Amino acid sequence: MATTTVSRTRGGVGEHTVRVDAAAKVSGAFQYASDLRADGMLCGATLRSPYPYARIRGIDATAAAALPGVHAVLLAADLPGRRTFGLNLDDQPVLADGLVRYHGEPVAVVAAETPEIAYEATTLIAVDWQPLPAVTDMAAALRPDAPRLHESGNVLRHVHIVHGAPDTAGADVWVDGYYETGVQDQAPLGPEAGLAVPADDGGVDLRVATQWLHADREQIASCLALPQALVRVSLAGVGGAFGSREDIHMQVHACLLALRTGRPVKMSFGREESFLGHVHRHPSRIWLRHGATRDGRLVTVKARLLFDGGAYASSSPAVLANAATFAAGPYEVPNARIEGTVVFTNNPPCGAMRGFGAPQVCFAYEAQMDRLAAALRLHPLELRLRNALRTGSVLPTGQVVTGSAPVRELIQWCAGAPMPVLEPPYARDQVHYPGGTGNVTHGEGLRVGVGYAVGFKNTAFSEGFDDSAAARVTLGLVGDAPVAEIHTAAAEVGQGLTTVLTQVARTELGVERVVVHTADTSVGNAGSTSASRQSMMAGGAVQAACRMVRDRLVARARDQQARDQQARDRRARDQLTRDQCAADGEPLPEPAELCDGLLLAAGVPVAKLTDLLAQAEPVAATAVYRHRPTTGFDDAGQGDIHAAFTFAAQRAVVEVDTELGVARVRHVAAAVDAGKVLNPVGFEGQIEGGTAQGLGLALMEELRVENGIVRNPSFTDYLVPTILDVPLVETHAVEQPDPGAPYGLKGVGEVPAVVSTAAIVAALRDATGRALNRAPVTADDLVGLRPPPASAGPPPVPDVPGQWPVPYYPHPQPAPGKG
Amino acid sequence: MRLRLTVNGEPRLIDGVGGDESLLSVLRRVLRLTGAKNACEQGECGACSVYLDGALVCACLVPAGQAAGTEVVTVEGLAARGELDPVQEAFVQAGAVQCGFCTPGLVMAVHDLLRRVGDPTDAQIREALAGNLCRCTGYQKIISAVQLAAGRVNGHHDG
Amino acid sequence: MDFVQPTTLTEALAARAALTDGLPVAGGTDVMVDLNLHRRSPPALIDLGRVPDLADISTQDGWLRLGPTVTYDRLMTVLRDDLPALALAARSIGSPQIRHRGTLGGNLGTASPAGDAHPPLLAAGAEIEVVSTTGTRRIAVTDFFVGPKRNALAPGELISAVHVPRARGPQQFAKVGPRNAMVVAVCSLALALHPDRLRVGTGIGSAGPVPLPATDAERFLEGVLSEGGLWEAPRPLDVAVRSRFADLVASAARPIDDVRGTAAYRVHALRVLAGRLLDRVWEGYEKAGPR
Repeated sequence: MATTTVSRTRGGVGEHTVRVDAAAKVSGAFQYASDLRADGMLCGATLRSPYPYARIRGIDATAAAALPGVHAVLLAADLPGRRTFGLNLDDQPVLADGLVRYHGEPVAVVAAETPEIAYEATTLIAVDWQPLPAVTDMAAALRPDAPRLHESGNVLRHVHIVHGAPDTAGADVWVDGYYETGVQDQAPLGPEAGLAVPADDGGVDLRVATQWLHADREQIASCLALPQALVRVSLAGVGGAFGSREDIHMQVHACLLALRTGRPVKMSFGREESFLGHVHRHPSRIWLRHGATRDGRLVTVKARLLFDGGAYASSSPAVLANAATFAAGPYEVPNARIEGTVVFTNNPPCGAMRGFGAPQVCFAYEAQMDRLAAALRLHPLELRLRNALRTGSVLPTGQVVTGSAPVRELIQWCAGAPMPVLEPPYARDQVHYPGGTGNVTHGEGLRVGVGYAVGFKNTAFSEGFDDSAAARVTLGLVGDAPVAEIHTAAAEVGQGLTTVLTQVARTELGVERVVVHTADTSVGNAGSTSASRQSMMAGGAVQAACRMVRDRLVARARDQQARDQQARDRRARDQLTRDQCAADGEPLPEPAELCDGLLLAAGVPVAKLTDLLAQAEPVAATAVYRHRPTTGFDDAGQGDIHAAFTFAAQRAVVEVDTELGVARVRHVAAAVDAGKVLNPVGFEGQIEGGTAQGLGLALMEELRVENGIVRNPSFTDYLVPTILDVPLVETHAVEQPDPGAPYGLKGVGEVPAVVSTAAIVAALRDATGRALNRAPVTADDLVGLRPPPASAGPPPVPDVPGQWPVPYYPHPQPAPGKG
Repeated sequence: MRLRLTVNGEPRLIDGVGGDESLLSVLRRVLRLTGAKNACEQGECGACSVYLDGALVCACLVPAGQAAGTEVVTVEGLAARGELDPVQEAFVQAGAVQCGFCTPGLVMAVHDLLRRVGDPTDAQIREALAGNLCRCTGYQKIISAVQLAAGRVNGHHDG
Repeated sequence: MDFVQPTTLTEALAARAALTDGLPVAGGTDVMVDLNLHRRSPPALIDLGRVPDLADISTQDGWLRLGPTVTYDRLMTVLRDDLPALALAARSIGSPQIRHRGTLGGNLGTASPAGDAHPPLLAAGAEIEVVSTTGTRRIAVTDFFVGPKRNALAPGELISAVHVPRARGPQQFAKVGPRNAMVVAVCSLALALHPDRLRVGTGIGSAGPVPLPATDAERFLEGVLSEGGLWEAPRPLDVAVRSRFADLVASAARPIDDVRGTAAYRVHALRVLAGRLLDRVWEGYEKAGPR
């Protein structure tokens, strides 16, 4: 790759570039899914279960159907195809089929003239409920006498990793710990929405805010018994995702209603329905035992993980696998035994959320590292430095870290980052104290704490999943100017993918004007916008397609040169035919590159892009990008599980009113293993935003589920950080290119959210001296009113065969280990 | 009910407004001004912020009937003759936009802040924007945008 | 649903009398939440926002008369000197968007146990003036709240004013929330010294079915100040006084566990806040004395 191209075409890879959608978004013109409308449109509404576990003895929809303005009231029996869906397993009913397994499970859907009528109709549907004793505790779900929530039993997946000799290796110092995390919600600001329009060919066109268009299409087609070609999904404006839009929510419902009524149907969730209608981050219980030598070398890590998957599988199998593979942290550990179990309960289903199993274990293993450092009388960072992974290190799965792994550099930057200068107590604007304008402290009770955390996260899908992304790139002329067009099915969910793809095309094709088409299923699968993967996957596909376009232009230039030569020859000798001449065209000197509207061969301009494009059709190419293959687990939990890793370290500085237990994070220093920063502002935005979400899990965010009932499905009671809660985040990129990834990039979307919870809680421990083994930390915890959650010990390992998910996979594909 | 009000400088006459309908619903459903977003329906997120007779309010909490005879300005009304307002331009330049769902509300709140306080302190910025939730950015680039816009609004530099 | 828009108090009372289940609305910050989320659907809304008299603030004989549709935004800017605790409470409420709309009368009408304006009104000794087509009466603020989201308004009555003695001594307010802004109170406390009356006022919020005065704490502190001659010659308070006062405030609470906080924490936090607010008001009194 010639660097000249990068420097000459503005807005290419690595440059500060304004987002391509920013102007539309600041002016209010950008159309989000909830802004969609169509002529003759009906509005959909969903009746959801008020019970966590209940049998449905009957449903009487007569009154609802008779309400003026109602066009359809549909139940499970109205589904023409498969009645269930799911990312990893087809186990989740589209509409309850005689049984509900969680609070909020869809039971019936209505289409009506207005949202108000549709809502009213749902209140008129009479359901004869028979509540059943619910399983709402993840450990209770493992008991032999627990009600079996699915035919396969309550164990959704069990993973068992054995590395070295964990049961015999000795250590000088042992540290045991128990940790818990609560249910976090993605809480994207844009609630779920979409518009389904029935088509003349018997199919349906769906515009929806989603993360994975092709997975949606496959599940919709299957449930509607339509060929996939008749289900066309395109991306509507997405108001944030963070994992919440990876599973189906209203897609099948809206399409079903549209096909049955013959009218466009829009479904748009309110905030409460959004909380009830998507999966959450898994709550976890984690038991860890760390053994080390006196000089601070890790010898053994033993881990037992228990995750609550809720009522249905979603992506729980892959989340659990991720958590298990990361449970020992970004450290070299010669001996490890890691046992992970995710269970079915009657709690809301959990699935993908930013970090995908990694934040829970990072919270636990980093607390262990601090306690181990204290036991060894080492500085917490010194212990981490002594054990940090590096290129060539072997993970507990036996996987060798082949990519860049600048863990030491990350730690050292955090150690050296200047400490924030806090305004002195008793002399501040009230806004800057913990509690803000609540006026609780003017300096009384304040203590500062500092905490560190190091963590890592995989990029792209794992466990042997055939992970690919397709992109089509077309280069043509609009007027006199060359314009590149990019068409993929990769979802822009707010993170800035469209801008990154634009930058890739600018860099590869040397043109400034790039148009990114709306993502839809008329091009190949791009996979999910999740797992920190789209810069690598869709970016890699666009890069490859651009290079195919370039090669075709090289051929065109070669032909042109040959024709020019032929013309000269004809004038000189008038012997050779035109065809012979073209066939004999000389290859251009390598390397070829497109730069600033010119085709260069070995750095020498050979043709103007506009001339090449003017002489024939636009040049188009479709490319599919694949990362290096991975494998599943073998019987000992060994395997080349992940494609690539991103590491991060953070230092958090907090201020706690220790008498009141009111905390405020004052500063975060965030070092990120970025590989190559494609867009500096976008990169910082990912780190700052991911850190804020980790802060939420550390201090306030918990979906409260009591006896299976969600108690706080609103922004009044599910609290996300405000501008007074999130401090200055100072971001530092360590750029060591990852071999094999486009431009050497790494996925950075998730890793800040992996480490910041752990760093902030470590700082809270430093400020208060309390154990704080549960996230989110509450005021009661900070003042010692609630003792740290204790455990009588981990539940027994379930008696299940092997490493694979217990339930039978109906599809021939392997477990789509994502994350 | 019939509603007469001015929206972004244009007089509007709207029939069939429900007594329990919010101003936000009227803006989005009837006037098809979808810049103000519906994200929480209870005043917790600020995504529906508009000016009501010059006061920054959550449109979801204003009964539409109370807007009779008022002047409402939405984010669509800030850009004059297709030119972005300096606050909007600052959001673009500072990288303060990610998914953008909170952006219209934040643009309104920053606009309101800067017409009251020309060069706000960090504390003033945070207090003024406390009611606008953003889930993507961690707010840092939004604060940068306020500072950038403050410079521009007051002509300190031409950015 | 009907939307009634009276422009005089007489019209408003007529509407209130005629529409027995009609719901008065001012800023809409509580009412509209209930309507948007389908929690209630009254047959009519009675908009009080077009009745000019209800938005007035006036002073007479050392008492402030606050119209019920005065917004928090005005309370926090206009009352900084005359009712500091109420101004502090108003500033702690929600966001600018909420403070531009939410009203004092709405806070009383909703009568949420977590209403932020209530503790300062208790501490200041406010009286709520209510009016109907048959007449006017004044209700002591301590009698106004009769249960969670229930108040002493009879059918047909509207809140016409809140009467509060202008502050003659220091007042303080603090509110604990589970986040650094935009919170429903986990608990809150207001404290006022009334040197003109030799009285102490308190108000506890969000730690009982209704906002509560810490009466024992008030009497205790009044006793200490009077017996020690401290009203006339203020000097630093004994640590034991601070501690006893804090305990008495905490013991006045009747909290429950809910999704926002535990009962134990609320008691704990009130004890801490009571000590701090006493420090603040006493420091202010030592410096400035009575006004």
